Amino acid sequence: MLMVTAVAIAWTRHLFSAVMLASIYGLVSASFFVAMDAVDVAFTEAAVGAGISPLLMLVTLRMVGAKEATSHNHPYAALIIVAVVGVLLLLGEQDLPAFGSADAPAHGHVAPHYLQESAAEIGIPNVVTSVLASYRAFDTLGEVAVIFTAGIGVMALLFSDTPVHLRNLPNTSRSTMEDQVIPRVVGKILIPPIMLFALYVQFHGEYGPGGGFQAGVIFASAVIVYVMLFGLDAAMQVVSVSWLRFLAACGLLLYGAVGVVCLLAGKNFLDYNALLPDHIAAQHLGILVIELGVGVTVACVVMLLFFAFVGRIPHLPDHEARDG
Amino acid sequence: MLIHLPILQVIIPLLGAPLCLMVKGSRFVWGFTLLVSLLASMISVALLWQVEANGTLSYALGGWQAPIGIEYRIDILSAYLLLIVSCMSTIVLLGGYRSIEKEIPVSNQSYFYVAYLLCLAGLLGIVAAGDAFNVFVFLEISSLASYILIGLGKDRRALWASFQYLIVGTIGATFILIGVGYLYIMTGTLNMVDLAQRIPSVSESTTVLVAFAFLIVGVCLKLAMFPLHVWLPNAYAFAPSIVTAFLAASATKVAVYLLFRFSFGVFGIELTESILPLHEVFIGLGLAGVFAASLVAVFQQNIKRLFAYSSVAQIGYMIVGYGLDSVAGSMASLLHLFNHALMKASLFMALAAVVYRLGSVQLKDLAGLASVMPWTAAAIVIGGLSLVGVPLTVGFVSKWYLVLAALEQDLWWVALLLVVGSLLAIVYVWRIVEQMYFAPSTSGDQSDGTREAPIGLLTALWILVIANIYFGIDTRLPVGVAELAAEHIFGGRL
Repeated sequence: MLMVTAVAIAWTRHLFSAVMLASIYGLVSASFFVAMDAVDVAFTEAAVGAGISPLLMLVTLRMVGAKEATSHNHPYAALIIVAVVGVLLLLGEQDLPAFGSADAPAHGHVAPHYLQESAAEIGIPNVVTSVLASYRAFDTLGEVAVIFTAGIGVMALLFSDTPVHLRNLPNTSRSTMEDQVIPRVVGKILIPPIMLFALYVQFHGEYGPGGGFQAGVIFASAVIVYVMLFGLDAAMQVVSVSWLRFLAACGLLLYGAVGVVCLLAGKNFLDYNALLPDHIAAQHLGILVIELGVGVTVACVVMLLFFAFVGRIPHLPDHEARDG
Repeated sequence: MLIHLPILQVIIPLLGAPLCLMVKGSRFVWGFTLLVSLLASMISVALLWQVEANGTLSYALGGWQAPIGIEYRIDILSAYLLLIVSCMSTIVLLGGYRSIEKEIPVSNQSYFYVAYLLCLAGLLGIVAAGDAFNVFVFLEISSLASYILIGLGKDRRALWASFQYLIVGTIGATFILIGVGYLYIMTGTLNMVDLAQRIPSVSESTTVLVAFAFLIVGVCLKLAMFPLHVWLPNAYAFAPSIVTAFLAASATKVAVYLLFRFSFGVFGIELTESILPLHEVFIGLGLAGVFAASLVAVFQQNIKRLFAYSSVAQIGYMIVGYGLDSVAGSMASLLHLFNHALMKASLFMALAAVVYRLGSVQLKDLAGLASVMPWTAAAIVIGGLSLVGVPLTVGFVSKWYLVLAALEQDLWWVALLLVVGSLLAIVYVWRIVEQMYFAPSTSGDQSDGTREAPIGLLTALWILVIANIYFGIDTRLPVGVAELAAEHIFGGRL
């Protein structure tokens, strides 16, 4: 199914269906990850691949229209390169250990340590979280920095051309759905549970699949639904761009600050054991705080992305976007 | 605090970035960024000194010992690169205030500095990491930040150049990730030292070879090695002048470092040597790069673009050194890293001064520049001479060692071609000199307000120019360190 969807995305000339297919691709691969027992990854993929990124693409489509510019040049060189890469990948697959084989090197070296010692060293049931947030916490800090960078980039490059404050342009922020009662009512009912769910995912990451990344995306999607239903103006009264920017920086700083506190306490960077005398409690505390940092940054950046895109739509003819 | 230096090196700029967003006023933001960068370069000096005295430093992040946790590993090669990147960043920033003020709209200046710090942190993180996946994460930070920096260029074509770079860079990064993924599947570890120990036992498998191929191609995309260089000229030509100076002096250098690190440090010399006629390929591509890019450079009208092509050519020299696959070759290549960073930083800083006063870098607009901006013009001449490889400049030193390394293996034709390649550099440098010193000024009179560049820019520029000459005469520091580093990576261990 993944293959079929991918080919269909490349094949279709209609951008709207391409985006929808991309969303389906995200959903299918999320299910695929579930089937492979990688629930945390699946969760992220469902939230990002099937949710947020198609949404951003749809907003872009509103700006550029749904038809692909037809080009007549046939990029044979590109095709050849893709074929070579594909063959290489298949060659690489050849000597891989069989799927699920117990003596594959990936299962024999560091992984057993994570699986067996995590309970004693970190004391939380979700091993994925303990790898992400403690054993390899520095990678996660880097990822948060990547997201922060993306937010900075979008703000620098997209907000720059529209220094006029968005609020002064009533046309840009009117919702297309003001006359649609049912979505508005359903949306109003759904938004609070979505936000609650985000918080649950945020703080439950130690026990089940979840954590800051997913929670941030889910929280942001609640706000995005609100924007779609009630317009940018209304949303901006609650969350303004400068606040989001400030909070996005704070999230990253919070994460880093945990590391610095560990440094000041005489341990290595991000060694949570420095936080409290009891090391299990210390690990808990450390993970909780950094996940919060992750969640805040991710939520703010995703909202900023969405606001940046929506804010740039010069004029919204009613219903056009919905018709595709 | 001394044992924490490896991590401080990276987190100071990394956490400085979000803090920078909260600083108000462009002068303060600049001051803050400069301070952070200055701290980073002081740390890098201290690190180099420590490594020279005590050997390789290892730092376990989160207190988890490698391979369970992530390790920072500073050996002499990393320390050398950290020094280059952070010092170049500081000097470029020092002179950059007025140029940035003029080229970047006020509303974007704080974003600019944030992105600059993130880029610096990313580059330093790549070099300091002893973990293959961590390298990828910081590569992403530095790449994203550099797309932003390039996109902030005044010209609208900057956005297109940035987009082009984004596509190519993302493909490169994905290739690197695929390579790292395959390695993890085959060995179960991400730590570089650990990888180096475990790869020999599985080196027969095609998977490892494919991983090697993906990693090398990915890195070569990043370092703009000759047929994969198409993104570089546009990106350099349209980026803000200061960004060009910074990226030219640091980003490609870090990619070259990765090439060395992965092929010698992770895969090991035996494996690297056993694959294909890889070294002949690299020498061939490197030489092709020198000639093709130099030829294109000769016909450029935009000087920034001209020097961008010359960068591709200079990268060719480093690739030849890498391809020679010997201590001497690697040493020449690493030495050229340092020297080329000096040359290109000074040339692009000089161009920043030209843009600041003239608003253009078209060759024809440079007519008579020497009479209105004598110091800047002189800096371009010295930078150019260094590029050509005239004795008493750094360019001569690195080419000298490169030619020696080629002769050591009786590759006299390589040595000859290297020298002929330098002749091409004379051609394009001469075109600029001719225009600046001998062409009559097009504007006719000198009263149109064009005068020497602001003092801050000139100071930074001349620090670089003097370094070009100083290290061309007193070669102890770069040659010594490059030699140690080359011997170190050929010692077989990280």
